[in-house]
Amino acid sequence: MSKAESTESTETGVIQSVSGPVVSARDLDARMNDVVYVGDEGLMGEVIEIEGNVTTIQVYEETSGVGPGEPVENTGEPLSVDLGPGMLDAIYDGVQRPLDVLEGKMGSPYLDRGVDAPGIDLEKEWEFEPEVAAGDEVGRGDVVGIVEETVTIDHKVMVPPDALEEGETAEVVSVESGAFDVTETVVELSNGAEVSMHQEWPVREPRPSANKKTPRTPLVSGQRILDGLFPIAKGGTAAIPGPFGSGKTVTQHQLAKYADADIIVYVGCGERGNEMTEVIEDFPELEDPANGNPLMARTSLIANTSNMPVAARESCIYTGITIAEYYRDMGYDVALMADSTSRWAEAMREISSRLEEMPGEEGYPAYLAARLAQFYERAGYFENVNGTEGSVSAIGAVSPPGGDFSEPVTQNTLRIVKTFWALDADLAERRHFPSINWNESYSLYKTQLDPWFQENVEEDWPEKRQWAVDVLDEETELQEIVQLVGKDALPDDQQLTLEVARYLREAYLQQNAFHPVDTYCPPEKTYLMLTTIETFNDEAFDALEAGVPVEEIIDIESVPRINRIGVQEDYEEYVEELKADITEELRSLY
Amino acid sequence: MKEYQTITEISGPLVYAEVDEAIGYDEIVEIETAQGETLRGQVLESSEGVVAIQVFEGTSGIDQNASVRFLGETMKMPVTEDLLGRVLDGSGRPIDDGPEIVPEERQDIVGAAINPYSREYPEEFIETGVSAIDGMNTLVRGQKLPIFSSSGQPHSELAMQIARQASVPEEEEGGDDEEGSEFAVIFGAMGITQEEANEFMEDFERTGALERSVVFMNLADDPAVERTVTPRMVLTTAEYLAFEKDYHVLVILTDMTNYCEALREIGAAREEVPGRRGYPGYMYTDLAQLYERAGRIEGREGSVTQIPILTMPGDDDTHPIPDLTGYITEGQIYVDPDLNSQGLEPPVNVLPSLSRLMDDGIGEGLTRADHGGVSDQMYAAYAEGEDLRDLVNIVGREALSERDNKYLDFADAFETEFVDQGFDTNRDLEETLEIGWDLLSMLPKEELNRVDEEFIEKYYREDDSEREVVEAAD
Repeated sequence: MSKAESTESTETGVIQSVSGPVVSARDLDARMNDVVYVGDEGLMGEVIEIEGNVTTIQVYEETSGVGPGEPVENTGEPLSVDLGPGMLDAIYDGVQRPLDVLEGKMGSPYLDRGVDAPGIDLEKEWEFEPEVAAGDEVGRGDVVGIVEETVTIDHKVMVPPDALEEGETAEVVSVESGAFDVTETVVELSNGAEVSMHQEWPVREPRPSANKKTPRTPLVSGQRILDGLFPIAKGGTAAIPGPFGSGKTVTQHQLAKYADADIIVYVGCGERGNEMTEVIEDFPELEDPANGNPLMARTSLIANTSNMPVAARESCIYTGITIAEYYRDMGYDVALMADSTSRWAEAMREISSRLEEMPGEEGYPAYLAARLAQFYERAGYFENVNGTEGSVSAIGAVSPPGGDFSEPVTQNTLRIVKTFWALDADLAERRHFPSINWNESYSLYKTQLDPWFQENVEEDWPEKRQWAVDVLDEETELQEIVQLVGKDALPDDQQLTLEVARYLREAYLQQNAFHPVDTYCPPEKTYLMLTTIETFNDEAFDALEAGVPVEEIIDIESVPRINRIGVQEDYEEYVEELKADITEELRSLY
Repeated sequence: MKEYQTITEISGPLVYAEVDEAIGYDEIVEIETAQGETLRGQVLESSEGVVAIQVFEGTSGIDQNASVRFLGETMKMPVTEDLLGRVLDGSGRPIDDGPEIVPEERQDIVGAAINPYSREYPEEFIETGVSAIDGMNTLVRGQKLPIFSSSGQPHSELAMQIARQASVPEEEEGGDDEEGSEFAVIFGAMGITQEEANEFMEDFERTGALERSVVFMNLADDPAVERTVTPRMVLTTAEYLAFEKDYHVLVILTDMTNYCEALREIGAAREEVPGRRGYPGYMYTDLAQLYERAGRIEGREGSVTQIPILTMPGDDDTHPIPDLTGYITEGQIYVDPDLNSQGLEPPVNVLPSLSRLMDDGIGEGLTRADHGGVSDQMYAAYAEGEDLRDLVNIVGREALSERDNKYLDFADAFETEFVDQGFDTNRDLEETLEIGWDLLSMLPKEELNRVDEEFIEKYYREDDSEREVVEAAD
């Protein structure tokens, strides 16, 4: 949270009662959502209820030892994030305090209380390259200059939305060039506004945009089941619900690593500490598949683990999406992963119950659905106020209790998101990874994304996908019969379908996230893999028709090589050869 | 320190008292009853003029004339290396007639969260000597791996076996590791019966494990509210020994179900809005504050590894306690009633069990290069055999192919030879993997698609005679 521009406390109150993260104070002159400093230690909190003379505050830090009578100071500002160069390759807690800086400031591996730090380094100097000259007319959000933030990303310095009215323009009076820190003015406007590389924005308010458009480009993830069957658009929304152990986090990590977004914002919301450590240790060493640069150069991490204060968990989702919107304004495609939105909902529930609000379903507050909707609505493919186009894709993991999808968080999420990747405990137990259930999952973006796949991969992409879906559907039906009578009782053609479906499941749908090659599968490879299985299907049915017994068809030597396509680096050659071998071997049988 | 005789309300484990000074949230309270008994409690809610106090020992004997003293500090655990070898009650007071404990430090029992940036990712193998764990669900230092069990299962025996046998390979070599990086076990009992406690203690004493252990005992007839403090005492001690005295600490907490019941009791007494099945809505956060205290810290020698044990009500893992636990911990070990009734020791069902940190803790340079492959292959083969068992019930064994029969044999042998090792057998990893290869060699070579060729070449038993040699060598 921002202390960048030191805000004078406007009013002081006195603590009246303390109950866990909820503190009430009297005589505090505050507005809803103002940030306050609570107690002698100055713990950060936010106003969440005002009733007469009594203000209720949720505190973002542990409140042990805080008692009535201690002071509460109001900053008079809503919870905001610092926006500017330095947010990439950074790791924050739920209120945008950089964890690496906190470690140094606290001199301890434990998170101490009452320590604050700005979200971006205010002293670091950046090389500012102007994009405008004196005399130019600029409007809201217009890019005035560029800073090389990381090797991958040029940070665009924009006129803050609050510097001008909507539609208003101003003349550039003076422009600087060279090394500056983020607080120094680099551009001055004729209306007196001074533009620096630093902006602040309240997290609960969406940043303005000109227009929301229909997304038509896929967010290519390099995961076969996602790209191939259930694609998400750039600017789309997706939910990944699943019980524990079903691979939510691995799926989120895969997306963070390989999705073809420009910027990744990864929000670890109420999850495991060691998982965040894994990200912190792995990402700097991993290569961005697009350009070979370190992955961290395009990533901003927000880690509010399950044992960190619950109120900060409530805010971390907002912190994340605000950062994402800021990069969207620069014209970038941003993907936000939130793991997990259930923990976020639980944080709301916890605060709500401490406020003694009337609970809705399963103790969740009645506004749960509204909050979820507001969050996902901040995603989308936008025309920005400065005329560029950018997107925020939001992918939320959901952790339903007992793996039961009928619970409120999953259900309310499904009413909003357009892509649903249902994780399945049975598949996970069979070590079928990613354990996304192909019968339950869906993507409503399929048709609007087809033109892209047709143009960029292959004309018959939609037909191939439909073929795979049909085979898998048929298999599901057949499996029910097999359960009763055994496989051998089925007619030959159905046995063959089961065999084809087996390859679809084992080679195509399964993907080894821990294999250096298989972990990322470009759409071309996804396509070729599918056509190889289809080749086997077509040739096998021809052979069957010609009278070859099904056992012999299934037993041909070349076909198990389909399972190895995933790990081939030079897959084109491999696939070509394999298709030829399968065809030859099958035709030799009749 | 002011004394108040202003109790206005007594309800379940809670006492409300009027005060005329500011009392801090979480502060410790002493209540002296008319009979002269001193009870301890903690401030649950502090408002101007009135505080709610949760009394650890229960409120019986308290009347409105009892006097209340606020100690002006939050709950602390006196810590010192001398705690090793000692037995304490659930609030950290010695109950073993030993000498007085002179603390080196007094630490707040509500541990602060470890900064995720300061953590070190766990990837060093802990050898438990239990094949089902070492081979299939490897435990690593700094992990939290609970045992999901149910009433009447021998989870305590398994826990004791791990406590007895656990070692880090480094320690055995006695090589380059710095002195002081030793293994310690901290045992936190919450609401277990006297009989169970006796068994634990006897085992500790018999095997000499007590010397490197600290035992915290909150028994079934001890106050339930005290159970909410016990694990925090345990973990504070663990953090001290791990991060300040360089011990590799293994924390065993049993039984987390009793802990959660105590949380529910307090929640109910406070008339809170309940979450699922009456458990408080903040139970996830509360449990996370315990489990997340496992880990390693960059630049510190020691580690805290947790094995919490919980008995799933009705053997149902969707019950809130195992469910929330599973979402926080890094995997789980299932103790299976069916395997138990077959007499397997330990009756671990590897199929639903999982160690999330296993992949990073095994393999070349860490355990053995073929470890991952062997584990995956055995898992797949056992799963297939297990599936076939259902079919056998319907169609009979004769109706199955030769291949299927091999998998059935494998599944049987996996249970009797690999999992069933007895609670007193300590197998090193080498032995575990060799048994694994014995079993995998029951299957045709071509079926082993999850192990690299080179390992099949090296370890696959081409004929039965080789296999017997290994068995004879056991």
